[in-house]
Amino acid sequence: MITRNLMLFGAVAALYLLTGLGESWNLSLSILNSALLATIAALGVNMQWGYAGLFSTGVMGFTALGGLAVVLVSARPNVENWQAGGAGILLALILGAVSVAAAVLAWQGLPKGRLRALVVAAILIGGFFLFRAVFDPAVTATEAVNPQYAGNLGGLGLPSLVAWPVGGLLAAAAAWAIGKTALGLRSDYLAIATLGIAEIIVAFLKNEDWLARGVKNVTQLPRPWPVPLEVDLQKDPGFLDFVASWGWNPVATSTILIKLLYAGLFVVVLAAIIWAFERALNSPWGRMMRAIRDNEVAAAAMGKDVTRRHLQVFILGSAVIGFAGAMATSMDSQLTPGSFQPLRFTFLIWVMVIIGGSGNNWGTVLGGLLIGWLYFAVEFLGPGMMAAITSALPDGWLKAHLVGSAEHMRLLTLGVILLLVLRFSPRGLIPEK
Amino acid sequence: MDILNALVAFLNFVFIPGLAYGAQLALGALGVTLIYGILRFSNFAHGDTMAFGTMVTILLTWAFQSAGIGLGPLPTALLALPFGIAATAAFVLATDRMVYRFYRRQKATPTLVVIVSLGVMFVMNGIVRLIIGVEDQNFADGARFLINPQEFKAATGLAEPLAIKTTQAVTVVAAVVVVALLFWFLQKTRTGKSMRAFSDNEDLALLSGINPDRVVAVTWIIAAGIATIAGVLYGLDKTFKPFTYFQLLLPIFAAAIVGGLGSPLGAIAGGFVIAFSEVMLTNAWKKIVTYLVPESMAPDGLVQLLSTDYKFAVSFTILIIVLLFMPTGLFKGKSL
Repeated sequence: MITRNLMLFGAVAALYLLTGLGESWNLSLSILNSALLATIAALGVNMQWGYAGLFSTGVMGFTALGGLAVVLVSARPNVENWQAGGAGILLALILGAVSVAAAVLAWQGLPKGRLRALVVAAILIGGFFLFRAVFDPAVTATEAVNPQYAGNLGGLGLPSLVAWPVGGLLAAAAAWAIGKTALGLRSDYLAIATLGIAEIIVAFLKNEDWLARGVKNVTQLPRPWPVPLEVDLQKDPGFLDFVASWGWNPVATSTILIKLLYAGLFVVVLAAIIWAFERALNSPWGRMMRAIRDNEVAAAAMGKDVTRRHLQVFILGSAVIGFAGAMATSMDSQLTPGSFQPLRFTFLIWVMVIIGGSGNNWGTVLGGLLIGWLYFAVEFLGPGMMAAITSALPDGWLKAHLVGSAEHMRLLTLGVILLLVLRFSPRGLIPEK
Repeated sequence: MDILNALVAFLNFVFIPGLAYGAQLALGALGVTLIYGILRFSNFAHGDTMAFGTMVTILLTWAFQSAGIGLGPLPTALLALPFGIAATAAFVLATDRMVYRFYRRQKATPTLVVIVSLGVMFVMNGIVRLIIGVEDQNFADGARFLINPQEFKAATGLAEPLAIKTTQAVTVVAAVVVVALLFWFLQKTRTGKSMRAFSDNEDLALLSGINPDRVVAVTWIIAAGIATIAGVLYGLDKTFKPFTYFQLLLPIFAAAIVGGLGSPLGAIAGGFVIAFSEVMLTNAWKKIVTYLVPESMAPDGLVQLLSTDYKFAVSFTILIIVLLFMPTGLFKGKSL
């Protein structure tokens, strides 16, 4: 079994090596970095699905929250925008939080009946109008300052590495709110509720310009700690000497070196997460989770609080996804809310988990690297491959149409692969022990 | 105070769009709820089933248009619709045969079947995008208005125009016809009764000699039909864009859950609840308020509670409220 698994990993490694040798190392490492980040998110999904049997379709939303954390933590603060409307926005947010808290307190404190419903509704509606009354002018004022290159409050200017756990925390908070409402009901409700929250989080990022500039994107986010900028590296005498001694091109080498640094950073995080997850899986907690997954009724009869455990594992998994989202935004040095597509950020991750082997962390890593390669490589190689496949066809609109829509073949291929694996090998490439 | 103009503006910007959108959502939710009631899983591929049916209909509409066949003032798409339904039903039945039947026989958990439906969603989505692309397609033709805003203004002398688009009228009429047919079918015909029995208690239904394969096949055909009609009506009213149809999943599921999953009556009620909440919360009320209050109190802003970009937040919030306070929905779902 071990040899088989090692061979599978070797085959995936060969894919990356072949890409490097056949195309370019730059491309191969780009694909590897994206695949590593997706793999970390896939580990979070595996915790939710493989350990606990929770089906969440909100991966994209938690990833986006991680990205937001990078802007909030490590972007430069825009002092003029803060002066224009920062206080108003903070006040409005506090007012909003207070009215929600008051509504919850009223709901819990008042006796059941029509009076309670009326009071809670009045608090919420009044709170909403109060919030808007303070919030709207403050937002207008903030967004009016330097709209071309700022227009948002900016971040705290802290290092990027600090933003990663914050991304996890933001995602965990959102997961708590969703889990509290949707867990403990029918299992499909979690899927539908998370589908919704993901859409809303992305819509929020696209439209709230005061927060992260919306679709105008926040760019030039700082690099995480050990990774320098290419231009700085190309000026570094030590690096130049080293490159000269091997006879390499300094520009090309610097981009490859930086991608290698990122890959190293991500592998360290991945290894830490796998280590922690494996420990958790083999601990009494892990056995309890699997017992709950395999038979909720029996586990509940043994005195386990199923809903609470589900909430716990849902929050943990989402935090890992948020962490991965923060890392991805750090690597891109920019937050582009327009690029969040459910296919790429939710369903691709699911395919990775299911094909790799749900419930098995190593399987998820294998699935992540394999499917990541397939998905991202097709992005680069797809049109050429489609042209090769259709080369037998006569020139005409059909051929042009097929080559032009090569990108959509990915959807079809992923769907077919998913259906085939679910049907013929439901336990995945490396099944759970 | 100008109540008449305010009323016309309300009809024009809130009531009529809400009614048409509600009818489209209700039809979508009916399909979801039928599948849920009989096949017992939430079909994530439903939005893309709608997109597939609409795509076939659009392609045929273009063929009819170029052949010069039309329906006069009505959209040509109505002529192509039956063929779209047939193609979608065939596709969905093939999917059931190749994919879902295996899991039904295995008695797989509903969550697993949901993930399978996700795979089907991918495939359908890929096919639609491969064939027709990702761009907006406008395929509405025929007369544009049932009530023309200019003529309405001229005839009544009011400052506010009233526009009823042909597509909106067609949507509401078609929805009423479809719902009436569906309820007649479920209540009066033998097959409909067997479907309700199957949904109510599968084992008892099997014991009384109901053929499960037939019930399942009929359910898929009806669901494909309603989905195609809903998709075409939505596309006629707005435009056809594959990604929008995927996004419609959320309001459709919200409508089905608000009404109570598995309850057809609930799906219709839920569709209108979601549609009207969405339109009323994202509508800019400035015009209507200005007619109703004295001139000195006229509002400066748009009087818009939520920007239209957050329309999904409305269905989501309603969904959360229902999940928190009455998880079985308005009509106590789980049976047909």
